Amino acid sequence: MDKDKLPIESPSVDPAVLEQIRSAVRDLCKRFPGAYWRELDRQKAYPTLFVQAMTEAGYLGVLIPEEFGGSSLGLTVAAAILEEVHAGGGNAAALHAQMYTMGTLLRHGSPEQKRRWLPEIAAGRVRLQAFGVTEPGAGTDTTAIRTTAARSGDVYRINGQKIWTSRAEHSDLMLLLARTASFDPGKKTAGLSVFLVDMREAVGRGMEIRPIRTMLNHATTEVFFDNLEIPAGNRIGEEGRGFRYILDGMNAERILIAAECLGDCRWFVAKARDYACERVVFGRPIGQNQGVQFPIARSYAESEAVRLMVYRAAALYDSGIPCGAEANMAKLLASEASWRAADMCLQTHGGFGFAEEFDVERKFRETRLYQVAPVSTNLILAYLGEHVLGMPRSY
Amino acid sequence: MKVLVAVKRVIDANVKVRVKADNTGVELTNVKMAMNPFDEIGVEEAIRLKEAGKATEVVAVSLGGAPSQETIRTALAMGADRGIHVQTDVELQPLAVAKLLKAVIEKEQPGIVIVGKQAIDDDSNQTGQMLAGLLGWPQATFASKLNIEGEGAEVTREVDGGLETIRIKLPAIITTDLRLNEPRYASLPNIMKAKKKPIEALTPEALGVDPKPRLKTLKVVEPPKRQAGIKVKTVQELVDKLRNDAKVI
Ligand SMILES: Cc1cc2nc3c(=O)[nH]c(=O)nc-3n(C[C@H](O)[C@H](O)[C@H](O)COP(=O)(O)OP(=O)(O)OC[C@H]3O[C@@H](n4cnc5c(N)ncnc54)[C@H](O)[C@@H]3O)c2cc1C
Repeated sequence: MDKDKLPIESPSVDPAVLEQIRSAVRDLCKRFPGAYWRELDRQKAYPTLFVQAMTEAGYLGVLIPEEFGGSSLGLTVAAAILEEVHAGGGNAAALHAQMYTMGTLLRHGSPEQKRRWLPEIAAGRVRLQAFGVTEPGAGTDTTAIRTTAARSGDVYRINGQKIWTSRAEHSDLMLLLARTASFDPGKKTAGLSVFLVDMREAVGRGMEIRPIRTMLNHATTEVFFDNLEIPAGNRIGEEGRGFRYILDGMNAERILIAAECLGDCRWFVAKARDYACERVVFGRPIGQNQGVQFPIARSYAESEAVRLMVYRAAALYDSGIPCGAEANMAKLLASEASWRAADMCLQTHGGFGFAEEFDVERKFRETRLYQVAPVSTNLILAYLGEHVLGMPRSY
Repeated sequence: MKVLVAVKRVIDANVKVRVKADNTGVELTNVKMAMNPFDEIGVEEAIRLKEAGKATEVVAVSLGGAPSQETIRTALAMGADRGIHVQTDVELQPLAVAKLLKAVIEKEQPGIVIVGKQAIDDDSNQTGQMLAGLLGWPQATFASKLNIEGEGAEVTREVDGGLETIRIKLPAIITTDLRLNEPRYASLPNIMKAKKKPIEALTPEALGVDPKPRLKTLKVVEPPKRQAGIKVKTVQELVDKLRNDAKVI
């Protein structure tokens, strides 16, 4: 279909069903109120109960085809689910990766790999939450990674280090990007391959996980590989084409993260509005002062614009229309809007914004991440400038 | 045994209700709606009866305009087997609801009927009682525990003085109280399955019921704003305020 003829809202979902799904997610999230997230944040603990509840309710299988035990629904629905989690004051970082890492297996896995893993993942018996791409020595320049996978008979031997591998301690499988051929400056994206690492077998046998403490509760880690052997049958797709396979999943990732930012925007605006109407200073609600009211109204307008961009990108994705530019722009605009909304919400709350009890400072810290991970703002701008607008390349 | 549950579409409990500028009712445009929480408890109880092997089928009934179908779908997504939608755009008051439900019950012949003790929009707390009266059935209102045993049921009721346990014969009308259970949330696969479950469409005319309102709403206003509290220094001052300002003693 022609891009310009596609309606703004995804034609692939019945709006009434979508609303029902949103409302069911809200019902679930109500059982995990601010106090739940605050306590986890204090202890830097993983939201195991929340992830279990979301898994049992079938949300992690949203994109998995029905034939493998999932719900065969599109990215629009997945985005709405994550948006609601964030709009309810929670955080979906503990579970969102499964939605998009699974896509690499789905699109590029062999029929046998899919039959083996997807039904287990859909049923929640196996967790695929870890995505090992970033390395300390390469950073944003993914093609410069140095973790190697060397074939020897029926196994690959993995050596190297990943950083920021989130949820590694709470996942059974890791989708790993590693070098299977030495770096060729002429073909930078070649020589990389993707593997499914069964971490249940790997810890202590050549793989070590070390948690990194961060300014937000994100369960992120460093992972070290020292001659870890994995079955050759765990390679996904062809050897040397891994970069492409990973790239294919990026649009879904960007759109889902943008949906989380949209949920954050909604939370910040609602929280600020309520507080501005209740808090009385100088004998009147602070929200009666336009200096307080207008930033809230502005954030609301921005979040509505972000909504259009996010669901436009999701609709393109669901219709099989290339959406690299839209997915990236959605993530860019959404992560900036949620950060401005966070700042606005904190300011609206004055001193109370800093008190943990209000959840504002926690959400403020959480939403800041999205301008950096999974891809930083500059890299999106570079993509738009160079690939969409055709300006000279900087790298 | 078949269980029939009534489900009403009401303003979502989390929405701050606003009175319309012309004082004819509350603002409903662009307001989030949801299933009446007491009815959710009813649906949950019905599904639990089925899961425990005490019931064979759960039928969810809603009365009202086209959007009431969404409320039925929610019940189906929770686990009800099929729905009945009595479609009407007339404002429904408790007596009309009781009459319509009676007609549906005579058609469906359920072994037990569960309704909320009240709907959180008009807080009437009348429908279950009227329905039992019209049918000549036993009723157990404000139930916080329900035990089906053979031809009857043992029901614990929340009454002013505490808890009262009664035994009633089935078929009967049960109205739910908050502590009866904690309703489940629908799972994604069940939401998708619910799309395929049947909803039968009926009308008041087809059921031979005239649903016209008998009560006229004169005026709807906001409750008076609460004044800020004050601290009194002495008992004397307190008594004085109660007598002369509040005029309660
Ligand atoms: C909490 C958290 C969780 C994460 N989870 C995961 C995960 O699960 N799996 C995973 O693989 N990774 C994960 N990451 C890694 C994340 O994707 C990277 O941090 C991100 O891609 C940026 O890489 P870097 O930190 O090495 O920054 P660098 O590449 O060092 O960049 C530093 C800064 O320089 C800018 N910059 C770099 N190059 C250019 C350029 N050419 N032009 C303009 N500006 C440039 C960047 O935009 C950035 O602002 C996570 C990170 C965090 C913080």
